Amino acid sequence: MMICEGEAGGDYHALMTEALHRLLLERGVLEPADVDRLIAQLSKPNREWGARLIARAWMDADYKARLLADGRAAGAELGFSIKEAQIIVLENTPGLHNLVVCTLCSCYPRSLLGQPPWWYISKTYRARAVREPRAVLAELGYPLPEGVRVRVHDSNADMRYLVLPMRPEGTEAWDETRLADCVSRDAMVGAAPARVIWETVQQAASDPTQA
Amino acid sequence: MPRFAAGDRVRILDLPKTGHIRVPDYVRGAVGAIERHCGTYANPEELAYGRPDPARVDLYRVRIAQAALWAGAPASDELDIEIYDHWLEPVA
Repeated sequence: MMICEGEAGGDYHALMTEALHRLLLERGVLEPADVDRLIAQLSKPNREWGARLIARAWMDADYKARLLADGRAAGAELGFSIKEAQIIVLENTPGLHNLVVCTLCSCYPRSLLGQPPWWYISKTYRARAVREPRAVLAELGYPLPEGVRVRVHDSNADMRYLVLPMRPEGTEAWDETRLADCVSRDAMVGAAPARVIWETVQQAASDPTQA
Repeated sequence: MPRFAAGDRVRILDLPKTGHIRVPDYVRGAVGAIERHCGTYANPEELAYGRPDPARVDLYRVRIAQAALWAGAPASDELDIEIYDHWLEPVA
């Protein structure tokens, strides 16, 4: 069970959950395999699924247009069955930076990206991302240049969000797999830029097909 | 037919409701503009309590200047937030 900082009574709820779980198993309402299956299902989506959508959008302008118009349908094109009502895709540009937060709880496109990072759920991030997004981004190592407009999206209801980060420079000749490696989980909520990671550069250097 | 269209100016109401409310305090009373109509969804204020056949309500995204929410916020910055129809009133 996830306990967030400052969440008074976390022990009580953890204990009650455990007690209920045992009772359901004892009385045969739930089989251990049911729980394992559900956990496996929840753990399956991950960063790479979202990163594939981003990398495809960088390579294919038509796909990008479809992704911006309808994130769910664009996900389905690549074989991802997105369960949320809608995925609104937010494009970062040199003049506009999008940042996603759920101030009320921890809404996140879980059927595509899996479970959110711990800091996304923290009360500190939730409170500060709407109030001082520039300070939060700077502390995360991502100070925004002067003149960039910031748009914060409070994911408080039925929509879910995916940030389309800017393609890193120097990746013009890269294939989709290597491009997807540049897209971190944090980049897809706007908390980090897409970055060329050193391992990817090394792989590319040792592989003659990736000039 | 949704009550508002993109660009319409609206005020977010401060309704005296408790329970599973999806309107955070910091936007109550704020004036912004409709960014888009998102469709109609089961009212979470009923859905959260397992009520049968919860009413379906229009959901909008409302764009608000950060400076209207927080003193000293840069004039360029904005907040987009999802608000259900019954939490909105038109602003002339």
